[in-house]
Order: sequence, then C-alpha cells, then structure tokens
Amino acid sequence: MPADGHAQAKLVTRNFGNEKAKEIISYESTGGYRAARAALARAPEDIVAEVKTSNLRGRGGAGFPTGIKWGFIPKDAQNVHLVCNADESEPGTCKDRELMYWDPHLLIEGMIIAAHALKAVHNYIYIRGEMMREYLVLERAVREAYQKGYLGARAMGTAIRCEITVHRGAGAYICGEETALLNSLEGKRGWPRLKPPFPAVKGLFGEPTIVNNVETLMNVPFITEKGGKWFADLGVGRSGGTRIVCVSGHVNRPGVYELPMTVTFNQLIDDVCGGMWKERRVKGVIPGGSSMPPLDASELDVPVEFDALMTDERIKPVETAPGVKFDMGGGKQLRTMAGSGGIVVFDDQTDVVELCWRIMKFYAHESCGQCTPCREGTGWLEKINRRVAQGHGVPGDLELMSSIAVGIAGNTICPLGEAAAWPMLGFLTKFRPDFEAKLMRAQYGQVHADAATAIAAAAEKAERTTEGHA
Amino acid sequence: MSLQFSAESTSKLAALRQRYPTAQPVVLAALHLAQKEHGDLRDEVLRLVAATLELPYAHVFGVATFYTMFRLKPGGVNTLRVCTNISCMLRGGYAVLRAFERELGLKPGQSNADFTLVEEECIAVCANAPAVVCGTEYFLDVTPERVPNIVASLKAKPHPEGEVV
Repeated sequence: MPADGHAQAKLVTRNFGNEKAKEIISYESTGGYRAARAALARAPEDIVAEVKTSNLRGRGGAGFPTGIKWGFIPKDAQNVHLVCNADESEPGTCKDRELMYWDPHLLIEGMIIAAHALKAVHNYIYIRGEMMREYLVLERAVREAYQKGYLGARAMGTAIRCEITVHRGAGAYICGEETALLNSLEGKRGWPRLKPPFPAVKGLFGEPTIVNNVETLMNVPFITEKGGKWFADLGVGRSGGTRIVCVSGHVNRPGVYELPMTVTFNQLIDDVCGGMWKERRVKGVIPGGSSMPPLDASELDVPVEFDALMTDERIKPVETAPGVKFDMGGGKQLRTMAGSGGIVVFDDQTDVVELCWRIMKFYAHESCGQCTPCREGTGWLEKINRRVAQGHGVPGDLELMSSIAVGIAGNTICPLGEAAAWPMLGFLTKFRPDFEAKLMRAQYGQVHADAATAIAAAAEKAERTTEGHA
Repeated sequence: MSLQFSAESTSKLAALRQRYPTAQPVVLAALHLAQKEHGDLRDEVLRLVAATLELPYAHVFGVATFYTMFRLKPGGVNTLRVCTNISCMLRGGYAVLRAFERELGLKPGQSNADFTLVEEECIAVCANAPAVVCGTEYFLDVTPERVPNIVASLKAKPHPEGEVV
C-alpha cells in the first residue's frame, strides 16, 4: 500500500495490507466484535442518537447524515431491513472493494450494530457482480460469523436476531442507486423507483428499509465504541470522522487514502500522492466520482470535506452559458460535491474534451432507459461530445450540449440524469476554451486552432494573475 | 430434451430460497448458476430457470437481458474485462484494450474458445489503472507490453467467471 504523508488515526483502512485480518480469529484478537457486543446491550434509540451526534455522513455519494436517515424509519415499523450498498461502480471510486477485501468482519460488525439500531432482522449485502474475489472473502466472513453465533437467531448470545445474506448483482451501474438496488434485490430489472415513498417507509419487499454504503457502515463500530462526540471531533463542522479518497489519474502515487477532512486537493496531490507525474502541471480534478462537476487548477486549495465542496466560494458555480449560473432549483447554485471520494487528477496535456466524452459514453451506456430525458439525452450528449472531441463539431454544439444537459437535470426518476448533466455543464464551464479550440479546428483547420489555443491559454494565465492580485 | 440443474446447484438454490420471502429474488443467483453449468443463457436455459423458480419466462428473460454479465450466446472460457473508463483511460487503458484486440484477434464483445473480450466500465481498481479483471484475478497497472503474457497465463490457467457463484 502506498505511503501516507498525512499520518493520523486510521479507522476503516487500518487493516489494509494485512492479509490475516480477514480471518475472524485475527479480527477478534485485535478487539473485533467487542463494539457489537457492547452495542447489543444498549437500547436501539441510544445507538441512533449516538450516530446522529457523530455527524457521520453517507459515503456512497450523497453525503446525507446517516443518523437522520436512520430516524426516518417509522416508529411502529415492522419487518425493517438493512441493506448494504456494495455495488461500487462510480468511475474513479475504488474504496469499497478494498474495504471489503481487507476487512470484511468490520462491515459485518457495523451491520450487526446498525441492524440492532434499526430493529432490522433480515439484512442484505448487495455486492457488485464483477467483484468476484471480494464476494468470496465476504461470503467466507459471513459464514465464520454464523459459525461463531454472531449472526443468526441469537446474535452474539442475545435474544436479538440478525441475519445477513450476501446477494450478487450481475453488471449494472444503475443498481448502485438505492431503489434500483432494491428492485434488483427483489429479482427484477434494476429500474429506479419513483420517490416518495422513500425506502425508509416502503423499501425492500415493500417494507421499511435503510440502504447504507460499505464505508458508512464500517464506521459505525468506532462510533458506538468511542462515542459520537469523539467521531464528530475527528472531522470538521457537520462532517464527522475521516475521509477516504481514491486518487487516480496523473499523480505519482495513486491510491486509497484515509485522511482528515481538512486536507486540500493541492496537499493531496503534492504531499500524499507525490506530486504530478512526469513533472507536469495539474489541469483539473474530478472531486467525487465522474458524476461530479470538475475543478480547475485554480480551485484546488479547497478541502475534500462535504460542505466545502458545495459552498466554498473559491469554487466557481457551474454555468449553463458563460455568465449564466445553473439553477438547481429555488435559485440554488451548483459548485460541486464530495460524492463517492473518487478523485481523478488530470494533467495539462489532457484532452479534456475527450475525457468529458468518455464520461458521457459511460452514462449513455448505463442509462436504464426508463425516463426519456435521460435515455435520449445521454445518447445525444455522447454523440455530440464525440464529434466535437474528434474535430467534427459544428457551431452551436456547445450550446446544444448545454441545453440537453439542462433538459435532463431534475427531470428524471433517479439521479443518473444529474450524474450526466452535471459533469457536462461543469466541463463546459471550467474548460470552455478547450471545447472552443476543438470547434475552431473543425471550422478553420489546425493553424487557426493553434492560435486560438494560444490565445485561450494567455487569457487563462492573465485571469490567474489577476486573481492572484485580487 | 430438457435441461437440469446439477444436484449441487439445486441444493444451493434451495438454501438461497430460504434467505428471501419469495422465490423471485433468487433469480440473479439462478441465472449465474445456469450460465456456469450450461455456458450461456440460451432460450432453453432461461426456461429451466423460469421453471425451477416458478417464475414467468418473460420475467426471467427481462432480467437476463438487463444485466451485462449474463450472455445469451456462447462465449469463451475466460471473460477478459478491460477497463477504459476515465481513470484507466488517463493512463493508457485504450492502448491496453487495442493490445488485447491484436493479441486475441477479437473486437470487444467478440469471443473465441478461450476468451470473451469486454470493454468494461469502471471496475473499481482506479488506483492501479489501467486495470483488467478476469474472474477472481486482477491485473494491475497493465501495459500493452504485458498483454501477451496475461493472455498466455490465462490460457494455461483459466479463470472462468463461473468459478464464483
């Protein structure tokens, strides 16, 4: 495993690189299942309150406070289910696969505690179909936990029943969306459901269900053992705990790192990841999986924390046209989001138009086809972006892509629509000169295009200089 | 002729059935098992799954055609999933895919006896891009130069996806 420049207490990644930790004997020898044993002796409401205090936020992408989500289960609910979303497939994200491989019992322990808090009996881990090595590890760990009596009719020797079933997917990005995941778990096509009703009211098999990400659940034992306040204090503001980031792309040491929430992108690149490869300069960063709007090189002094990425004014808002801010509804601006922690760094020689095309290709491929704006729109975005990337764009293509993206966002059953629209608008906002240079080349040939690129670069440099003096 | 599940798979499915309130949730596992035992999900295999779980054939067909890991036609022993999504693309994923195409004489989606070549979406190995997965075997930080060796090693010791169901 790669070195870590920002040393600090490791929670969920502490067993990375330790092949033995995935065996229950080894896991228990370092205090494993102690937190679950203690938690099962506490009242469920007490654990929900502890998790609320901890400021734990969902690590799957939305960053929603976990304790508040748990609180949505109706008071008199019967047959509650806890489902672990292990369908990691957001491009640039590679943490849950590693977490399950290195520390499967930590996930099981987190689920035992969470299930008790929710009074959930029949619980499931929905693991991505392609993760076959991790499935074997997880299956074995669950079997061990049953053999020890930690799972089953009398979990950990108490009167509490806790069942966990590992359920394999079969290849569909959309099943990472929680309601599509529930349909897939029910043995259907992975089509997202209309909300409301939300899963907490009507989820798996029509019963109240909480869906939590792998990393989210793995943090729970630390919270119940050391206290919600302790966990909240590890973080900043309304974001408790540490942050796992998966850094990929053009850095010298890509990797999965567990870091303080306060680390900035520049520190991450320079101190943690050993700088940019080939001694090049950074051109931009995708901060939270491919569905999040990118940051340009001037926006990288912002920390990787959830709220900072949404509100820090050093990040320019996403626009639908130069000078026209994208409205998320109610006049709310979109900067970017921490998403899944998948951080993709690209250097100054990257063809960002092509990079954006690859993202559009992905969403066009993965659209489930239920909603017209997404099914048709993602296909159009891919086609138009491809022709611009290949130098066959026509005047008006950028405006067309922007209007299609605006037509998708907010008009679909599930967030896959936004997942395509946001990066499209984000790339057009932050790297518009790159797109314009491609159009210029299509219209006037290479010589003029080179001139245009040089002018754009000079303008960008001038802008940076001005900002430096501001 | 009528197809059957092996005794082992039949007991596996019966055990899985106990984990859910109805038979329908078992359909993904049943399709995985059926594909392992019968190579692909041609019509008679889908009918076997439908009959075994007492589900409408149309439902089973609908599920089998939604998920990309299920194949309705024969494929190779190994399914090579070569990621070209952004993290891999930025570090040469397409050059790796082209190298596999040349080495195998296949385009993505095509098969020979030993291999099915798939241009895969992000397989969550972004920190070791470009990445390739074949069954339980990951190939990390792949370069085009390594491709002939990877192909040879999988020919010698296959990693069919059916190993894991």
